[in-house]
Amino acid sequence: MTRIATRFAEASGRKLLVPYITAGDPDLDTTLALMHTLVKAGADVIELGIPFSDPMADGPIIQAACERALKNHVSLVQVMETVKRFRETDQDTAVVLMGYMNPVERLGYARFAELAADAGVDGVLTVDMPPEEAVDLVAELRKHKLDSIFLLSPTTPDARIELVSEMASGYIYYVSLKGVTGAANLDTQEVAGKVAHIQSLTGTPVAVGFGIRDADSAAAVSETADAVVVGSVLVALVGEHGAQPDVLHSKLFEIVNGMRLAMDAKAGAAA
Amino acid sequence: MTEQFPDKKGHFGIYGGSFIAETLMDPVRELQEAYERYRLDNEFIAEFEWELKNFVGRPNPLYHARRWSQELGGAQIWLKREDLNHTGAHKINNTVGQALLARRMGKKRIIAETGAGQHGVATATVCARWGMECVVYMGEEDIVRQAPNVFRMKLLGAKVVPVTSGSKTLKDALNEAMRDWVGNVDDTFYIIGTAAGPHPYPTMVRDFNSVIGKEIKEQSLEHTGRLPDSIIACVGGGSNAIGAFHPFLDDKGVELIGVEAGGDGLETGRHAAPLSTGKPGVLHGNRTYLMEDDAGQIIETHSVSAGLDYPGVGPEHAWLKDIGRVQYVAATDTEALDATHKLCRIEGIIPALESAHALAHAVKLAPTLGKDKNIVVNLSGRGDKDINTLADIEGITL
Repeated sequence: MTRIATRFAEASGRKLLVPYITAGDPDLDTTLALMHTLVKAGADVIELGIPFSDPMADGPIIQAACERALKNHVSLVQVMETVKRFRETDQDTAVVLMGYMNPVERLGYARFAELAADAGVDGVLTVDMPPEEAVDLVAELRKHKLDSIFLLSPTTPDARIELVSEMASGYIYYVSLKGVTGAANLDTQEVAGKVAHIQSLTGTPVAVGFGIRDADSAAAVSETADAVVVGSVLVALVGEHGAQPDVLHSKLFEIVNGMRLAMDAKAGAAA
Repeated sequence: MTEQFPDKKGHFGIYGGSFIAETLMDPVRELQEAYERYRLDNEFIAEFEWELKNFVGRPNPLYHARRWSQELGGAQIWLKREDLNHTGAHKINNTVGQALLARRMGKKRIIAETGAGQHGVATATVCARWGMECVVYMGEEDIVRQAPNVFRMKLLGAKVVPVTSGSKTLKDALNEAMRDWVGNVDDTFYIIGTAAGPHPYPTMVRDFNSVIGKEIKEQSLEHTGRLPDSIIACVGGGSNAIGAFHPFLDDKGVELIGVEAGGDGLETGRHAAPLSTGKPGVLHGNRTYLMEDDAGQIIETHSVSAGLDYPGVGPEHAWLKDIGRVQYVAATDTEALDATHKLCRIEGIIPALESAHALAHAVKLAPTLGKDKNIVVNLSGRGDKDINTLADIEGITL
């Protein structure tokens, strides 16, 4: 069983919390330290963003994080080396690399899959690679027992949900709104209905992200979702307090742990 | 050959495709279906042709540049006068076509990206023509460099949104337009200005611009009784070039040459010539040749011509390069500027700096061929928009 599958299997009613940060923002040592803080705060899976020069599906917050990371020329290979360092002391938390295709294309699919598996990466999500184009990449990832994570959106029709479900493993990431990351117009009731519908079409766990910004929205979404992804609100903290490590770690812990407690309280109340 | 490509998913060999986030998959599918339906619809084609004739002013002439041909002392040079179109460039062919499609799809809001501003002006023009809301994304740097075109767009009723991310130029404007589209997929139609992006854009933009090549064919036969020996066009994203080349792909005797922006020279790395020096990668919805660093990050491009200042190129060009049907070369800033001045003084035509790259290659090619050979240069736009740039280079304040 992969690390991601294990986390879902062992959750027993508790919903998974999946924080996202951009790797190398403002530098890779900070990223490594923040990963451990996220685990202490209650993360089950960490989505680690691969910085890219042209992040078309991201809003201004993650875009700015990419620009900060690229000032130091942070590369995909270095991001994977950081995961390897994280694995020296953490064998339980799953790590998913999230980014855009071109750095992966440049490295080559086979080499990328080999390096990622060797570093202890568990899954890969490339936002500009829909399943129709992803056959070769998924095959390479499978060879190394890496999960391929794909997105679903409010505009995805049922036939595509089934197609995505066939190729996806680990979890399916439901983008909860029509927009880029960090947008603000989340309707948690509408999301709940859509998530339940997706769950009826697939056996793969469904994570929900885009637009979740505090303990209340995380708890509300966790009622139906199998996992809750939170990104822009954390990346904004890194942007604001990147130069003050103590403040950054305590603020990041506070917000992620707040979500953890609210989600667990919701799960406890339901049980 | 021309009927086989792209395949159903928009692939030209290994190039093209649809590399986009999931939220855009459904609107792109909707667009694919609409284009599939209307591209063969007689009423749509008739309306498109009527607009090209009566609004754009087609057909434009294939003009024999006699004095310049004589001075170069070799092949005869013919200029395809896209510069005489309404709004001053070939860009209007495509915006008319896409606006007609948007109307049939019931979309009321149009967005576009622009670099030099020509596509922005052509989009603002068709939006005014059909009473649609128009939002144009333009890099902050380009807004400063191309102030007259910004004002033109505003006169035509468009909203111009400055883009401050990344390099603040064309590629970033494209990113921002994509973000707008993701957030407004229900009522918004994105008019991409070049033959790139997710399927069906490369095919659709090619088809709307193929009127250029079709007219070259007819007019060559009319003037010389045969097809031209060579056709030369500049390539940024490559919309004017693919429009000129496509009707000739099966005419093996016609040499096709695309000219990229060589900037300070290919050897300096400061240029915008992905086909000449780049590698295949994925950007802006398609797989194609890109200007990138070793880690796969897109790098900044350099060209005197804002319209060629783009790190990618249309996927069909990538494929035509690989199969050897089209030859791709580069012309430097200096060569393009020299050709601009020559055309101004010898033929009385001020060419766009983009088109001047194609002219610069004709300067190299013509003297190597006999006087009985015919070269067509696609004069994709007029140079009025570039007078500030030209004056700056000569240290003149207008």
